[in-house]
Amino acid sequence: MSLNINNLSVSIAERQILKDFNLSVSRGEVHAIMGPNGTGKSTLAKALAAHPDYTVTGGTALLDGAEIIGLEPDAVARLGLFMAFQYPVEIPGVSIANFIRAALTARLKESGGDFSATAYYKALYAQMDALKIPREFTSRSVNVGFSGGEKKRCDILQMAMLKPSYAILDETDSGLDIDALRIVADGVNHMRGPGTGFVIITHYQRLLNYIKPDYVHVMYGGRIVKSGGAELALELEEKGYGWVEKEFGVLV
Amino acid sequence: MTDTFYMTEALSICSDAAFEAHLGSLKDMPSWLLDIKREAWARYKALPEPRRKDEQWRFASTDGLSLDPYSYRVPSADPQECARPLLECGGCLDFADDAYIGGRPLYEEAAARGVIFLPLDRALREHPELVRRHLFERMPDLGSEKYQALHVAMFTTGVFLHVPRGVQVELPLAGLHEAVSEGASVFPHTLVVAEEGASVTMFDVFRSREAAARHFACAAADICALPGANIRYRMVQAWSRSSLAFHMNSASAERSSSVDAITINVGAAHVRSEQHGRIVGRGGNVQMHSLTLATGTQEVDQRTLQTHDAGDGHSNLLYKNVLLDKAHTIFSGLIRVAENAQRTDAYQTNRNLLLSPEAEADSLPGLEILANDVKCSHGASTGQLDKEQLYYMLARGLHRSTAQQLMVFGFFEEVLEKFGNEQLAQYVRDLLQESFNAHELLNNSPDAT
Repeated sequence: MSLNINNLSVSIAERQILKDFNLSVSRGEVHAIMGPNGTGKSTLAKALAAHPDYTVTGGTALLDGAEIIGLEPDAVARLGLFMAFQYPVEIPGVSIANFIRAALTARLKESGGDFSATAYYKALYAQMDALKIPREFTSRSVNVGFSGGEKKRCDILQMAMLKPSYAILDETDSGLDIDALRIVADGVNHMRGPGTGFVIITHYQRLLNYIKPDYVHVMYGGRIVKSGGAELALELEEKGYGWVEKEFGVLV
Repeated sequence: MTDTFYMTEALSICSDAAFEAHLGSLKDMPSWLLDIKREAWARYKALPEPRRKDEQWRFASTDGLSLDPYSYRVPSADPQECARPLLECGGCLDFADDAYIGGRPLYEEAAARGVIFLPLDRALREHPELVRRHLFERMPDLGSEKYQALHVAMFTTGVFLHVPRGVQVELPLAGLHEAVSEGASVFPHTLVVAEEGASVTMFDVFRSREAAARHFACAAADICALPGANIRYRMVQAWSRSSLAFHMNSASAERSSSVDAITINVGAAHVRSEQHGRIVGRGGNVQMHSLTLATGTQEVDQRTLQTHDAGDGHSNLLYKNVLLDKAHTIFSGLIRVAENAQRTDAYQTNRNLLLSPEAEADSLPGLEILANDVKCSHGASTGQLDKEQLYYMLARGLHRSTAQQLMVFGFFEEVLEKFGNEQLAQYVRDLLQESFNAHELLNNSPDAT
């Protein structure tokens, strides 16, 4: 069971960002994608999650064998792909509890199942307790007036409830203080296991102090130029991204 | 129970015969009332039909206002038809085709403190002078003068609520006004008066008992807070989707008093909703909130006026409309501040959310300020669902139609949370949901929008 991205090319507003991108993530693995700004990391996340501004010009992405390129964003999500946003959007008047319930209901509608309000709240509160999120959080409108840390909590809670097969964290650590960073890391570590594959997109190594990746990939010019183990992140931290440009700039 | 048991044939609503039958049915009514009614009938006949080129009818489709399809029958009470209680409340008056059919009596504690909560026809018989002091003292006068006259001429009953000085009514009181027979005309009148320092909450629900029936409603609500009083008034308009409705409301705040009025529109084919908030005493406060879900070819024509005739007053208006299909809403609002009404705070906001390219939302905000020391603002916006919000919800797996619905409910929540009553808020959410569901049945592919 894996997410297989083959020769994916993506453009935004006629400008090509991803070029023949390849990556395979199995459930249970944690992959980190690092790289300088503007190299296509977020484009990868948005394209997989079918953001309407991104156009896939070539390639495929198979989620446990099912093609997700060309699907509507909600269909991709229901197949099991979750994206934690860099900047989660505020949705006035929609409570977190109702929002997550609607997301679960949408999945159940397809499988023909149903769940009671009692069962839902029991599951929700269990996840919240595990993530140390106070109960009153659920009646607040999604992300409205939230601090950076609260927005991440909200996304991580959604992820925990929706139990995706594959989760992409799109620079979810940018602009976060150390406490908020821990929330994200705890959320991922809490879910880590054979059921879910993670792709953690980050510019900085510091998130990886809390989430130890199985693989680290360096992205440059719209494709992966170097892959390795957790030690690669430390190497990048030490040497900066300048050497990537020097070493791979001529190739792309 | 009322004692109006008449069997009459259905008469054309605009005919003298209908008016004469109506007058003939009014037993034991004071003669001053009959005089008012005769005068109003004459005025109704004399006033011209509204025309689209009249400023107060701008953008409205006035050709939809014909009363030909509707008939008048002298109200008769059938005690068998009492509706189920709608809400937990301290008293409820139920009406069917303008006849009082029962409900729940005012709770003892409030009755013991002198609160009067009666069908209006009964109040006219039992407390004629008290009713006379307030009845028809404040009509909105926002363009529907002809229909105001028709209302006065033809009304039979409605809600009369009077709260004596200093009495706080803790439980909400409710009126359920139903139209039942096919083609029926109804003229419900609500009169709420809170004397000095009193406080009360009143809910009015207007609806057709059968969704398939067609009705004409010509209703008025007059909410009056005397010095230091505090009234919360919530009305839900849920007439059948083929009905024509006028709701002509007034909210008046005397010195240091407040009226907090919320109007919900989910029903009718064509509704004219007038709301006049008046600051008549220093430091008065009027809140006017509204939400409308318009689908199909519904037309919701909203005219509002915030009049500040005394200083240090506060008025705040927020009208939120959601439009689907080929629906049409008109919001025309004015803030008028008199020369002596210094230190007035007055705000007016109209927000329209268009979910269909064929829907039309017209917005005509306005200010007319004669005082020089005021804080006034008005704003109107018309837009579509935010694309990034929608994407965020889709990215969580919600179907497009569900996501849109949740966003619409979210848009409405700002008004719903002002209800201060979760049960009524839930009743309105259910009505909105029904309206959405009906919309989806009509449009087989909601995802195409």
